[in-house]
Amino acid sequence: MSFTILLEMFPIALMFAAPLVIAALGGLFSERSGVVNIALEGIMMVGGFAAAALTVVLEPGAPGWAPWIGVLAGIAAGMLFSLIHAFASINLKADQVVSGTALNILAGGLTVYLAQIFFHQQRTRSFSSGFRKISVKYLEDIPIIGRMFFDQAYPTFYVAIALVVLTWFVVYKTPFGLRLRACGEHPQAAASMGINVYRMRYIGVILSGALAGLAGGVMVLTQDIQYTVISIHGYGFIALASLIFGKWNPWGVLGTAFFFGFSETLSLYAKDISFLRGLPTEVFSSLPYILTIIALVLSAGKTVGPKAAGEIYDQGKR
Amino acid sequence: MTKAKNDKLVLSLVATGLGFLLGAIVIIGTGKNPFIMLNAMVFGTTGFNIAKGIFNARYIGEFFIQAMPIILTGLSVGFAFRTGLFNIGAEGQVLVGGLAATVVALVVKAPAIIHVPMVLGAGMLAGALWGALPGFLKARFNVHEVVVTIMMNYIGLHLNNHIIRNIIGTRDGVKTALFPHTAMLSSDFLAGITNGSRLNWGIVSVLLAILMYWFVIEKTTFGFGLRAVGFNKEGARYAGMKVERNVVASMAIAGAFAGLAGAVMAVGTFGFGRTLPAAEGYGFDGIAVALVGGNAAFGIMLSGLLFGMLKAAAPLMQSAGIPKEIGAIIQASIVVFVAMKYGLEKLLVLLGRKSREPVEGSAV
Repeated sequence: MSFTILLEMFPIALMFAAPLVIAALGGLFSERSGVVNIALEGIMMVGGFAAAALTVVLEPGAPGWAPWIGVLAGIAAGMLFSLIHAFASINLKADQVVSGTALNILAGGLTVYLAQIFFHQQRTRSFSSGFRKISVKYLEDIPIIGRMFFDQAYPTFYVAIALVVLTWFVVYKTPFGLRLRACGEHPQAAASMGINVYRMRYIGVILSGALAGLAGGVMVLTQDIQYTVISIHGYGFIALASLIFGKWNPWGVLGTAFFFGFSETLSLYAKDISFLRGLPTEVFSSLPYILTIIALVLSAGKTVGPKAAGEIYDQGKR
Repeated sequence: MTKAKNDKLVLSLVATGLGFLLGAIVIIGTGKNPFIMLNAMVFGTTGFNIAKGIFNARYIGEFFIQAMPIILTGLSVGFAFRTGLFNIGAEGQVLVGGLAATVVALVVKAPAIIHVPMVLGAGMLAGALWGALPGFLKARFNVHEVVVTIMMNYIGLHLNNHIIRNIIGTRDGVKTALFPHTAMLSSDFLAGITNGSRLNWGIVSVLLAILMYWFVIEKTTFGFGLRAVGFNKEGARYAGMKVERNVVASMAIAGAFAGLAGAVMAVGTFGFGRTLPAAEGYGFDGIAVALVGGNAAFGIMLSGLLFGMLKAAAPLMQSAGIPKEIGAIIQASIVVFVAMKYGLEKLLVLLGRKSREPVEGSAV
């Protein structure tokens, strides 16, 4: 594997990593507040559908702005969709994994149903470009680093980085973040200090809906030509694994998601890399999923997530 | 029927009713006629088309063809639920079960009396292995089975495609050669009484699987041990049960049910192996079937028939102008409503029923 190929792979890995980072940050807000959100996949589907559908409609009029407005629609759709999960698991004390699974099934049906109503086919119409790659002036001229990060990269990766910094600041440096984490560690103790656990958990889940919706939009508008029911193909679950492997920490999530993005890139470059050339394509298609399992086994026992995540909040418990 | 069982039944029925109600609202909201769905469901299940006044028994056979695999995946998910495990991996277990059945059907030469059991056994074994691995990782490393089983679904899909495309070979890039008739479950008798449907002897294996599920879970010490782990892991451990072994065994048996579904579809419904662009959702159907069926053998059979009805109606609705994905929407809503059982209980109380103890007996 020559150095040039490695440099070429970098921007592609960033493209794959961006939605993973953003969705995993969504999972972080939800789980830090104490609600396990296995519905990231489904929320990404809904967000991806909304973003793709709006981009298709707006592109003829506003080609540059269409994908950005599209992902805003993805965020809104994700927030709305996650409300179902919030209501079921916070107010109605539903099992969070079952409720999340229901949302994942619902997302597949709902998006394709709406595609048939709006576009009369099983998918959205294809958009002409989605997000365009950009090169950052001056920074792209830096040797090596310029080619890795600033030459022909999607702007969405910079959005993801900004969100990592923002998430770190909000979760660890603000009173809101402290309260959010308290609700995920020991909600009864938080409640005794006057924190409204229900409200904090709602905020956590809705933020996760916004971020996963954004992630879905980013994913479809950079990696696809239209939304189909297999556009997201397990990225929500890989994001969930990134969250676990990244120890529920924004920087850890960034590193893990980049690792998965890189593994996804390998399949595209396998033909250029001598010792990988002979392997069947299905091996590379499976690679991110196999690595996810390995990552989970490696992080088993060592990582401690929010203690109360997944637990139904019972005010009477001490 | 005990009070707790009765409550569970009421909850399932209410959740189902609300799911269909929501489906009807979605249909009306998108400008279609919900009676098309009703007619499609009656036609797709009984063969009677009320609107046109015709009868065709083939639809009855095809209805069972739809219900058979999701009853089996329902048993798979339900079995794991009883041990406190969530098997979202039935999808992948179906795929590898179908793959193993395909390989044995094409490679082995034997008379039907040996060949058919070998094919079904291979499917069950492959599914069991695919389920046992997440079970082992759960028992040994405490890795959550939900994410692992989902990953196993994707790996199973690519494994299936790789082996069929590159090792067995296909006729047209998608289908393998036709299986020899010794491997097939097809039945001239069953096809005959249902006007040439694909109904086959696989239905017998489904009935046996339901019986086995009931017997193992309700009537054996082994099944009691599994349920004990589902109720209270630490309690079971204190009582001297091998919790880790039970977790692996439960996932393996769950995988075997799903693997059987894959095998029955391969040598019953299709008669050839296939590559797939994406999984077909039988595992997710199984989750809905198990939850609505209350994880009990008979309940799973009934809810499998219910969701089979939705699947059978799907193409009829599609041709009448309602996108067939309404089935998935209704199914998912029913799961959401079942998950909201606390809210439903409150609703039932508000509607005038006496307040009562929370429903017990399910692992979720």
